[in-house]
Amino acid sequence: MATNSATIQQQSPGESAGSAHDIMVHAEGVTKTFGQGSGQITALDNVTVDIRKNEFFTLLGPSGCGKTTLLRLIAGFDLPDAGQILLDGQEIGHLPPYKRPVNTVFQSYALFPHMSVARNIGFGLEMQGRPKSEIKDATDKMLALVQMEHLADRQTDQLSGGQQQRVALARALAPRPKVLLLDEPLSALDLKLRKEMQIELKRLQGETGITFVFVTHDQEEALTMSDRIAVMQAGSILQVGAPKEIYNNPARRFVADFIGDINILDGDLDPKGERVILPGGAAIGALLPAGAAREGRVSVAIRPENMNLTAPDAPDAALTGHVTNIVYFGAGHNVHVALDGGGEVLVRRAQTDAQIGAHVGLSVPDAVQVLVD
Amino acid sequence: MADISATGADARLAEARRQTAAAARRRRWQLLSPALILVGVFGIFPLTITLIYSFLSPGTYGGVTWKFSTDAYVQFLFERDIFDDTLQFSGTYLSIFGRSIGLAFGATVGALLIGFPTAYFIASKPANQRNLWLFLITLPFWVNLLIRTYAILLIIRDEGIVNIGLMWTGIIDQPIGMLYTDYAVFAGLIYSYLPFMVLPLYASLEKLDFRLVEAAYDLYASRFQVLRHIIIPMAKPGIVAGCILVFIPGLGAYITPELLGGGKELMIGNLIALQFSGSRNWPFGSAAALILMVVVMVSLIVYVRYSGKEGSNHG
Repeated sequence: MATNSATIQQQSPGESAGSAHDIMVHAEGVTKTFGQGSGQITALDNVTVDIRKNEFFTLLGPSGCGKTTLLRLIAGFDLPDAGQILLDGQEIGHLPPYKRPVNTVFQSYALFPHMSVARNIGFGLEMQGRPKSEIKDATDKMLALVQMEHLADRQTDQLSGGQQQRVALARALAPRPKVLLLDEPLSALDLKLRKEMQIELKRLQGETGITFVFVTHDQEEALTMSDRIAVMQAGSILQVGAPKEIYNNPARRFVADFIGDINILDGDLDPKGERVILPGGAAIGALLPAGAAREGRVSVAIRPENMNLTAPDAPDAALTGHVTNIVYFGAGHNVHVALDGGGEVLVRRAQTDAQIGAHVGLSVPDAVQVLVD
Repeated sequence: MADISATGADARLAEARRQTAAAARRRRWQLLSPALILVGVFGIFPLTITLIYSFLSPGTYGGVTWKFSTDAYVQFLFERDIFDDTLQFSGTYLSIFGRSIGLAFGATVGALLIGFPTAYFIASKPANQRNLWLFLITLPFWVNLLIRTYAILLIIRDEGIVNIGLMWTGIIDQPIGMLYTDYAVFAGLIYSYLPFMVLPLYASLEKLDFRLVEAAYDLYASRFQVLRHIIIPMAKPGIVAGCILVFIPGLGAYITPELLGGGKELMIGNLIALQFSGSRNWPFGSAAALILMVVVMVSLIVYVRYSGKEGSNHG
């Protein structure tokens, strides 16, 4: 089976399958630089991305990768130096924030300390000049949605972090924006609350049908909540895809490295570019992302849980090596194996009977991901 | 056995705590005493003299004669008829109070209108530049108020630089009589007390979290709405403090109305000064000073109460 698998062509990063009327946010060639002269920093470098209607879209990357800058450009707090941003087909790149049907949940929540919870939530509608009765209805509905009815008259400084978070969400959702932007809103919460809010956010997105654009540096958060993820680095989007696609088929070395644990091995592509020859001599199917070399030396990525330990002479043992360490972490074991051809890999198994020092074989999937540097 | 000794230990501990607390109290009073002596000698003592003097009779060549009289307070509202000795209501001094309050209030509003954008401008500068701007704001204070007021006098008098400039450019052919008007006093008061407005405003605007401003913009608030619903409520402590700091000295101002108002348009400060010099009526001067103090205190209490309530109503 493994030897018959053909080369699988992947979508190029940023390419979208959706047609124009499915697109809520379309950014085209967006560039943003800060500072001047030698201190100039390119926060976003010619970024093109489509965010679909009613999707939970996550911008994932390390700090300084440009994810928050992209969010601020969509919100209107900063203006792009080049490129355009379309919201539901309309150019909004140069509108001030108060003229964009987009609301933001801030990392610091930025609740107005001189107003009650209810007035905070109704603020957007109040500023739009909606009638009092409508503001009241919407505020009540939002309070119910985030389960905060009993705290409507509180001052915001009397709330816990999780409660403030809910108020910030309700405030941003109350005017029913076309897009809700969330700037690392969960980073200030403790782990248990963060897990609760992840599920809560996903529920709210489903119930309101509003497009969510979520910024985070936490890969687990991104994988848990998103419909699609854009992985960013140094002002560029490296790969856009569903969480499974991003996790199982990272196209770029950075994406593979950034998300979860991964083994990166050197290999050689066969002349047809369909198979990759691993150091042990085994030939397996190659998944080639767009822009990858079609021949020569390449790097391949294999997740630790996609490898298995076998006998060194078993037919599916693509690699061989010695077990150097076994670390139990609760949900399973991390088995460290020093390869006979040099280098070390990590294998993750729920159960293992491997012994430290044993000579073992390693099985790999039918086809493995080739990385672009 | 164990219980008894524990109770004994508790009692000893309680006694030790009492001693420590008493020692702390004594030390507090010792540390407070310099401040209390200062307040007593330079605050309460002169005020008491003023209060006593206001109930005595004026001496012929100034000073007081030790004879109880409420004339000073009566004189404030009534005029004694020279012929039949009856009292008739007179609004002369009330109108001086009224004009003073009006001028001080106007100067406060003027200083707020000029001071708020100034303070906002400084607060929005990068942190390392703010001190320079604050320094420039306080720079005029390095020169005596009297000198500064004379400088204004020289600028706005008929032969001053403003009139000469305007006449030279041909905009006017006669100098505008700016000096010795209420406007001159008004402008002089704003000029003199503007830093008192800018500094507290800056202190509260500097603490303003600009992310709140961003959040308001995001929630469809226009620039004016952001100012009205976010910036002004957040700067309220600074506004209250600045208004108090301009209004009170403005109300009792002496040099500014004396020099720029030419002494013909009296303010309370000039009225009081006149009683201790030309008019030689020390009791009336004392009474006027005390009435001013009471007016200021009452209006201050009302103002702080009102603005405090206003703040909590926002919630």
